[in-house]
Amino acid sequence: MSGYNFAYLDEQTKRMIRRALLKAVAIPGHQIPFGSREMPLPYGWGTGGIQVTAAVLGPDDTLKVIDQGADDTTNAVSIRRFFARTAGVATTTHTAEATIIQTRHRIPELALREDQILVYQVPQPEPLSKLESSRAETKRMHGLAEYGLMHVKLYEDITRFGHVSISYDYPVMVAGRYLMSPSPIPAFDNPKMDMMPALQLFGAGREQRIYAIPPYTRVVSLDFDDHPFRTTRAPHACGLCGASDSYLDEVVTDDRGGRLFVCSDTDHCETRRAAGHVGAEGVAA
Amino acid sequence: MLETKGLKKQFLLHLQGGVRIPVLDGADFSVAAGECVALVGPSGAGKTTLLRSLYGNYRANGGAILVRHNGAMIDIVTASPRDVVRVRETTLGYVSQFLRVVPRVSALEIVAQAARGLSPEQARERAAALLTRLHIPARLHALPPATFSGGEQQRINLARGFIGDHPILLLDEPTASLDNANRDIVIAMILEAKAAGKAVVGIFHDTHVRDAVADRRFEVLPLQDAA
Amino acid sequence: MTDDTLLSARGLNLRFGAIPALVDVDADLWPGEVLAIVGESGSGKTTLLNVLSGRMAPQSGVVWYRDPQGHLADVHAMAAPALRALHRSDWGFVHQNPRDNLRMGVTAGGNVGERLMAQGGRHYGRIRAEAIAWLEQVEIDAARVDDLPRTFSGGMLQRLQIARTLVTHPRLVFMDEPTGGLDVSVQARLLDLIRGLVARLGIAAVLVTHDLAVARLLAHRVMVMQRGVVVETGLTDQVLDDPQHPYTQLLVSSVLQA
Repeated sequence: MSGYNFAYLDEQTKRMIRRALLKAVAIPGHQIPFGSREMPLPYGWGTGGIQVTAAVLGPDDTLKVIDQGADDTTNAVSIRRFFARTAGVATTTHTAEATIIQTRHRIPELALREDQILVYQVPQPEPLSKLESSRAETKRMHGLAEYGLMHVKLYEDITRFGHVSISYDYPVMVAGRYLMSPSPIPAFDNPKMDMMPALQLFGAGREQRIYAIPPYTRVVSLDFDDHPFRTTRAPHACGLCGASDSYLDEVVTDDRGGRLFVCSDTDHCETRRAAGHVGAEGVAA
Repeated sequence: MLETKGLKKQFLLHLQGGVRIPVLDGADFSVAAGECVALVGPSGAGKTTLLRSLYGNYRANGGAILVRHNGAMIDIVTASPRDVVRVRETTLGYVSQFLRVVPRVSALEIVAQAARGLSPEQARERAAALLTRLHIPARLHALPPATFSGGEQQRINLARGFIGDHPILLLDEPTASLDNANRDIVIAMILEAKAAGKAVVGIFHDTHVRDAVADRRFEVLPLQDAA
Repeated sequence: MTDDTLLSARGLNLRFGAIPALVDVDADLWPGEVLAIVGESGSGKTTLLNVLSGRMAPQSGVVWYRDPQGHLADVHAMAAPALRALHRSDWGFVHQNPRDNLRMGVTAGGNVGERLMAQGGRHYGRIRAEAIAWLEQVEIDAARVDDLPRTFSGGMLQRLQIARTLVTHPRLVFMDEPTGGLDVSVQARLLDLIRGLVARLGIAAVLVTHDLAVARLLAHRVMVMQRGVVVETGLTDQVLDDPQHPYTQLLVSSVLQA
C-alpha cells in the first residue's frame, strides 16, 4: 500500500467515529458531535462523508462514490481514487455491486439492499439553521421536540407561493421524533429514505456532526394535511435512455438555447442503455 | 335586604401627619325590599361615606354591613374581595356622581356592558331604550361620552346603574345635574324599581325628589371633631 | 391556598445583591379574575410577575398552579419541558414590547398560527382560518393576515401579540405593562379590547402596571408594592378610593388629573 493506515485514518480515530455512529444509529435522526479530523481536502469538499466511509470501510468492501448522481465528476473520481490508494479496496461505478456508496446530493435510483451502506456528505446538519440562528436554542428545540417553527416556515411558503418552495434539503421527521436535514438531496429523493433496507449514515466535517437512519426506519417529509408533500421532477424523459421516472439534469448543449435532459444517476442511465433502452437523443450503447 | 350594625368608619391621612377623621361611629341602618331610604344630613357629615361603605368602596373599621345575597346574609365588612365582586355583580348596584369610563367607548356600549343576563343584542336594545328614555337622543348613542355635558354624563351613569336590575340600588345624588324633565324621569324610574321590589338607598339633595321617592329618612350627623 | 385558586404564591423572597426585590410576598389568583400589581420603578412588580410565571426563580417561597385537571403543580419544581409547554398552551405572556414576542419576518397569520402548529396543528386551511378569526377578535383587518408585522403600527403589534397569545385559549395570562409605550389614544382602544376579551373568555390575568388608571379599569383586585413588599391588597376601587397604607395614599394622591 502507500504508507498510510488503512483508509487513511488511524485506528483510534476510527474507533471514535464508530462510537459516534453507534450513538447515531441508536437515536435515529439525532445529531451526534464528533471530533472531525484534518483531512487532505478542505471543508466543503466532503470531509464528513469521507471520515464516515473511512471508519466503516473494510478490506472486503466494494466502494462507489457519486457526486450529484455521477461517478465521473472530479470530486467523485478523486474520492474514489483516495480510498483505492489508502485502503486498496475494490471500487465500482455500478450501484448493484457496491457495498458502500458515498454520495453528495443524490440517492441512487436503484433501490438499495440490506447489505449496503449509504454515506451522505452533509454541509449543514441543522435543519433549523436558517430559522433560528442560536445553536443553543436549536438544541433545546430538538431536545424538547419543539418544531413549530419549521411548520411556520412551511406555512409561510404556502402563504407566499401557494405551495412549499423547498426543492432540496427538504426537512424530514425521523422515527416520529427528530427533525432532520437529509442533506441537499432533491425533494424528489426524500421518499427513498423511508423504510430503506440499507443503513444511511450522514457526516458533516466542518460542522462536526454525525447522524444516522437505521434500516427500515420511518422517514416522513414535513407537510400539511391539506398540502401534502409532492415530489417534482422535470416533465421530460431522459434524452439518452428514455427514462421518465428518474431525476434529470438539464444540460445546455449549444448557445442557441439547445438543451438536453439526462438522468442525473449515470449508472442508472448506462444500465438502462446497456439493456437496450434508447432515448430521443441517444444511440444504443 | 340590607342593614348595618354598629358601622364605624374613620379616615387616617398619613400624608397629613396622620390626622384621623372619624366619620361614622356605630351607625345602625336598614332598608327593606320595595323601600327607599334617603340619607340626610349636613354637607360633609358622612352620607357619601356611608353609601360608599355599603358598596364596599370604602373600608369600614368596625361593625357589620349585612346584605341579602342569593338568599343568605353576607357581611360586606369581612367579605373577601372576591365575594364583594360577586355581590356587586348580582345584588348591589351603584350610581355614582361621576362618570369614569374608558375613553373612546360609545355611550351605548358603556351602558350595554353593565347589563346582566342578556345577549349582546338584547343588552344594546335595552341600553338604547334606557338612554332614549333619559333623553339621550339616538344620534349620541354611538359617541363616547367624554365630551358630553355633565347632565348627559349623569344620565348615562344612571342608565348604567339601572340596566343591571339589581335588587339593591345605591344612588349618590342621582339628579344633581339634571333639569326638571329628566329629574322626573329619574323619579319615575326609582318608583318603578321600588314597585318591582328593589331596595333603594339614596342621597338626594333635591328635596322634591326626596319627598317623591323616599319612604324613610336616615340622618347622618357629623361627629365631634377628633384629634 | 384555598380550594379554588388558580395560582397561589407563598413566602416569595428574592434579593438582587443588597436590593430586595421580593420580601415575603403572598399572592392568590382565582379563575376569571384580573389582579393588578402596581408600584413605581423598583417596587418589584415585574420581578413578581417573572417569578409567578416561572421565568425567574425565587430564593425562597413557592408558586402553585392548578392545572385544568385540578392538580397542583409547583411551578419552579416543574421540568423545563413541562413549563415551556404550559407557556405555549394554558398560559400566555404579553410583553410590554410586542416585538419581544413576535416573529417580525413571519406573516401575521403565521405568528398567530404558530402556537397551533407547535401543538400539532397540521391543516393549513384551518390554521389560517383560526388566525383570521383571532385577528378579527383583536380588531385587526383580516386582509392583513398575510402581511409582515414590520408594516404594523405599535398598537397593531400589541394586538397581534395578544392574538398570538390567546389563540390556544389560555386560562391565565401574564401581562407586563401591556399599554406601556403606546400613544394615549391607542392605549384606550387596547384597554377596552383587553377588558372585553378577558371578560368574554373568562381569562384570569396578572397585570403589572405603574398606571393606576389601567388598574382601575381592568382589575378586580390590586396589590400595591413598594420596594419588594406588598403594602396593600384588596378590591381595586377600594384600594384606590380608600387607600389605607401611607404609600398607597401617596401613590393615589400623586396621580395627575387631565
